[in-house]
Amino acid sequence: MTGARMRTLASLQDTIRHLEAQSLPSRAEHMALGHAGADATLQGGLLRGALHEVFAPETRQSAAATGFVASIAERLSNGRPLFWVQQDFAETEAGSLSMCGFAELGLDPRRLVLASVSNAETALKAVADALACDALGAVVLELWGGTKAFDLIASRRLTLAARSSGVSCVMLCTSSEPVISTAETRWVVRAERSPARPEWIGWGAPVLDAELVRNRHGQTGRWIMEWNSDERIFREPAAHSQPLVAAPANRPHQAPAHAGGPVAHLRRAG
Amino acid sequence: MREDRSHTCAGPDDAFSRKSFFNRPWIVADKCHNALQIVAMNDVAAVLGLEIGTPLANARAICPDIDVFDADEVADAQALSDIADWCDRFTPLVALDPPYGLFLDISGCAHLFGGEATMLSRVCDFLSQQGFTVNVAIAGAPACARALTRVARNRIVPEGEEALAVAPLPVFALGADDAITRGLRRAGLKTIGDVASREPREIAARFGKALMDLLREVLGQCDAPISPRRPPPDFMVEKHFPEPVATEAVIAATLSGLAERLVSVMERQGKGARRLEASFFRTDGAVRTIAVETGQAVTRIGVMERLFRERLDALADPIDPGFGFDLIRLSASCVETVVQEQRDLDARTQDSDDVAALIDRMVARLGRSRIKVYLPQDTHIPERAALAGPAQHHLAEASCANWPQRFACEPPLRPLRMFEHPEPITVIADFPHGPPAHFIWRRAQHRIVRVEGPERIAMEWWNLTAGINPIENKDARARDYFRIEDSEGCRFWLYREGIHRRETIEFRWFMHGVFA
Repeated sequence: MTGARMRTLASLQDTIRHLEAQSLPSRAEHMALGHAGADATLQGGLLRGALHEVFAPETRQSAAATGFVASIAERLSNGRPLFWVQQDFAETEAGSLSMCGFAELGLDPRRLVLASVSNAETALKAVADALACDALGAVVLELWGGTKAFDLIASRRLTLAARSSGVSCVMLCTSSEPVISTAETRWVVRAERSPARPEWIGWGAPVLDAELVRNRHGQTGRWIMEWNSDERIFREPAAHSQPLVAAPANRPHQAPAHAGGPVAHLRRAG
Repeated sequence: MREDRSHTCAGPDDAFSRKSFFNRPWIVADKCHNALQIVAMNDVAAVLGLEIGTPLANARAICPDIDVFDADEVADAQALSDIADWCDRFTPLVALDPPYGLFLDISGCAHLFGGEATMLSRVCDFLSQQGFTVNVAIAGAPACARALTRVARNRIVPEGEEALAVAPLPVFALGADDAITRGLRRAGLKTIGDVASREPREIAARFGKALMDLLREVLGQCDAPISPRRPPPDFMVEKHFPEPVATEAVIAATLSGLAERLVSVMERQGKGARRLEASFFRTDGAVRTIAVETGQAVTRIGVMERLFRERLDALADPIDPGFGFDLIRLSASCVETVVQEQRDLDARTQDSDDVAALIDRMVARLGRSRIKVYLPQDTHIPERAALAGPAQHHLAEASCANWPQRFACEPPLRPLRMFEHPEPITVIADFPHGPPAHFIWRRAQHRIVRVEGPERIAMEWWNLTAGINPIENKDARARDYFRIEDSEGCRFWLYREGIHRRETIEFRWFMHGVFA
């Protein structure tokens, strides 16, 4: 008798656990960046349906920050369209988005819809409207310089809109100082020197110095990340971004002297 | 088919015909054949014996204190166009007949205004109230109505009696050249009836075939089409107000009422509109038209209302009701057949529709060219490889476009951001073909640590126009691109313009883009 009741109770508890497991991820779904250290600090990755701010402290760092924003927006959007709202002045100063470069980073230009707006107020209004459309994957807001329009109320509005629709919002601010906001995370992104490698390898995968300066639900940190365009994921920077020729298992480790020069996968340079 | 022609006898100068001007003679002078002549005048001046074409000096001799205004053809044309806008309230088919006339095709419209006579008097009254001198005729052929307005006043010609109506008119009413009119008079043909009574071959032999064609049009024997200013809309609903309305609430309510009517009319024929126009007719004659375009055919009232609300909120110069609107019209063009389909509950299928609806709203607020999608182009020139097209029209095309595949295991070879106009930079490099070592961009120095290149990109010689060569035209020169990393880790895309000693002897470098 007791055994039967206990079994019923266990099965009910199991059902409840099952239901909760189904509903939880949709409420707070994390998107892993791929960088182990960053993911551990973020408790699994960036939160979907939230506001994330990315700052480029100087104009010349804007490309690195754009790369970071494009990468995380692509990962957050999960195969759905990406709506990019760009202030006109940002396009003039930092250059317009190049779709070839977009494709070279492993991102999909087909899913990008770009809206050019003249000022920050219009941009914020457009983003708030776009966040209400749950068919989108992510919305990017690109602003130039400090603006009074983006205050606590505006950021609260964006956060609420993002939470209710589940569409993530990523903000890219160049040449401006962070202000108080309700963002889930705030990053300062700079370009980082490529790791030391032989002269003939030259150019490598994009390397970023990403500093997490604010995290609502955890610690902050600073990491060097490398974007892998093939797997579309962040990684710890490898000493060689190029895959070297695999060492054959049944031969001596030392290459014969007459091979002449290093054995490596050489790339096209032009 | 009946045509109506309202002949406004003068241009914008009539704006001066207020009370104080009525009793003073005034003329409008313009330079013809290197002499100032009268081109328009008021009735008081006509009584003094002045005529169109009299030299200004003679006019001043006859009446020394006459008021003279300079002719302004552009303003005249603008005034005529404004009057045509106002006339849109009677019929969608309004054609300009410069310099002073308008054609209104009122086939099937007259009964809406209480018959032809009532309509004619309404046109006259309204235009007279606005200070214009107007003369209207209604006839079955446009040329016949035009001839009547030159002589008679406010005539309505019954159907089929065009020839009878124009027969007693003098020959100048035909509107032919001065030389032909003079020739007809000299031949003793004083009226249009006289000319019509002669054998056609006699007239054609002496005055040419053009006059015969004109005569046939005036007599209503052949149909000369008019060319309306804009194509008539496919569907149109409107609301007249006996008392002008000016408040936003009433305007919004009217628009939603009109949207409901428009949708019900279109629904019966299974249509949806891709272009909607709301026209606001002000009591003082000004007309403001607001257009909204969509990427997919609109069939729902809510969508229409929302689009117009977005558009009205985003107007740089808001609609000025002035003394109020007496007519608001909603018209639909670019109509498409809409297939009503059953939607399933799976949200995924609605996603593309939702995105298209969002784009429509953004376009209504920001403008069509501001929302873009990118299409790949078949070219190797980096700045032309992607074409930004309006998202409203190219969304479906862009979402299934074929972008070139990137090479696996390669780092990015093209920059993430490119400058529309490459920026000149100062470079220290091995002369003439070596890679750069140091450069100054936007007044900041960059020491170069890593270099990859050159990658030579030559212009498309097969597209160059003949006569453009790389030596003279810098757009036709090849570029040697270098991928650069500076000491901070920032990555740039630089190029040197021209092949040294073949295309150029200058040493010019440009910044074209930045990598992530």
